[in-house]
Amino acid sequence: MSDKVLHYCPGCTHGLAHRLVAEVIDELGILERTIGVASVGCSVFAYDYFRCDFQQAAHGRAPAVATGIKRVHPEAVVFTYQGDGDLAAIGTAEIVHAAARGEQITVIFINNAIYGMTGGQMAPTTLVGQATTTTPQGRAPERAGYPVRMSEILATLDGAAYIARMSLHDPLHVGRARRAIRKAFEVQLKGLGFSMVELLSSCPVNWGLKPIEALHWIEQRMIPSFPLGELKNTAGVV
Amino acid sequence: MKGLEAMGEAAIRAGCRYFFGYPITPQSELPEYMARRLPEVGGVFLQAESEVAAINMVFGAAGAGGRVMTSSSSPGISLKQEGISYIAGAELPCVIVNMMRGGPGLGGIHPSQSDYFQATKGGGHGDYRLLVLAPASVQELADLMFEAFELSERYRNPVLVLGDGLLGQMMEPVRLPPEQAVAPPNRPWATTGARGRAPNLVSSFHIDPAELEALNLRLQEKYRTIRAEQTRFAVEDPEGDARLFLVAYGTAARVCRAAMRRARAEGIPTGLIRPISLWPFPDAAFEQVMERALGFLTVELSLGQMVEDVRLAVAGRRPVEFYGRTGGMLPDPEAIVERLHLLWEKVGVRHG
Repeated sequence: MSDKVLHYCPGCTHGLAHRLVAEVIDELGILERTIGVASVGCSVFAYDYFRCDFQQAAHGRAPAVATGIKRVHPEAVVFTYQGDGDLAAIGTAEIVHAAARGEQITVIFINNAIYGMTGGQMAPTTLVGQATTTTPQGRAPERAGYPVRMSEILATLDGAAYIARMSLHDPLHVGRARRAIRKAFEVQLKGLGFSMVELLSSCPVNWGLKPIEALHWIEQRMIPSFPLGELKNTAGVV
Repeated sequence: MKGLEAMGEAAIRAGCRYFFGYPITPQSELPEYMARRLPEVGGVFLQAESEVAAINMVFGAAGAGGRVMTSSSSPGISLKQEGISYIAGAELPCVIVNMMRGGPGLGGIHPSQSDYFQATKGGGHGDYRLLVLAPASVQELADLMFEAFELSERYRNPVLVLGDGLLGQMMEPVRLPPEQAVAPPNRPWATTGARGRAPNLVSSFHIDPAELEALNLRLQEKYRTIRAEQTRFAVEDPEGDARLFLVAYGTAARVCRAAMRRARAEGIPTGLIRPISLWPFPDAAFEQVMERALGFLTVELSLGQMVEDVRLAVAGRRPVEFYGRTGGMLPDPEAIVERLHLLWEKVGVRHG
């Protein structure tokens, strides 16, 4: 990672997720052939923090941009870093079809159950009953539908080789998340297909919680809706 | 050779090795041609899940240094506008083909020129311009397609080749440009993996307003250069005696050529101005004939879009009239000649 000071809010786990991805890239010794794709949202400045080539994509289109890059440089390691608004709402088609094609890219999917950058509106991943600025009385399924579980959806696709959902709420889970990220990159390095790691992350500011409370909220509220684990590992990467 | 196939072959000979597209009538033979040919030359054809995805794949491939194109037709081009704006903002080279069909909405599948505004005035959001080339024959489809790649790289700007279904389906003899050796791309800005150099960033995002203004000012400077260097047109005036000028591009220009001959046989000294670059618009063509011109009749396969640029170029010095058909209907040469007669009565007789 670069020396630049992170712009993320106090208690946000984006910085942690960045650190894990950067450590895995260093461990695998692939920094000089890695190309990242930054999405629209809080993480739009991801390219300021990673010391590899980057392209910035339109909202939701990171998997399509990554596809274009990977097809030009099959030997490169290409990853996208996307939030839940980006990946599970406006970019649903792009992520589904990149996975269906078995596109040899790695996706880091940050799920914090809310729209962060635009100021706390409902996301596709917002929990039933969760209050946001556009569901002030709490998400009511009869009006606003149900949370979308992208990892489960993508795991059904033949082109997806490795799909895992991990959490960043405590050191034990951070360690597991790190191992999953490493596996996802290894899947790409071995040319086995599409790989994605969903990371349950905090958004204390938009959730209206203190940083510590936010970590508890992930554990107590999010994990029951978004069960952790490897949803697919056909690649046999251990 | 069929127009669309000539375009595909010219693109490959220009070194295009990446095509991302989505089928839509009336241009599907172009992606089909690329699907067949690109693998033969070591290239990549990919049918995307949508036009939106296709243009963003183009963004990725262009940013990664690939020589890349996409093609579509009117409703599909509307979907690509988001990506085109990003590509213009990130200053990436690529070629986009629009074989226009009638609109608005789903419209129809027959030839039209009703996307002129979208092509030349923006289309997507932001202060940007595309270089827009309008061929009028299969030979020009091939030649301009070939050149489009060179121009897009010279200016690091997307180039739009604007045709229609009639040109694409037409079969005419064509001399294809020679195969261009695909030079190792010299694109120090591209994302290729930061081996032995500082990381590259391809982005159109500038949150600092001063920085964004600087980018926009720099883009305008580039557009001024393109305007000075890339204005293209043809003036057809068989006897050098024309007093009325038809103004038309693409398929409409072909119809106008027939109308010009007929009008001349009927005693109206008529010429034809054919803009080939629609942006930059060839104002110079009008200066070239202004002294002898008594009036202009713009003919389009729309209800009047390019005529606005013609009026700007003529700037009130001569009458500018308009005739257009739309929805996929073609203008009838006789109807054009009829309007030339009316204009001639108005301006020609007075002039003696």
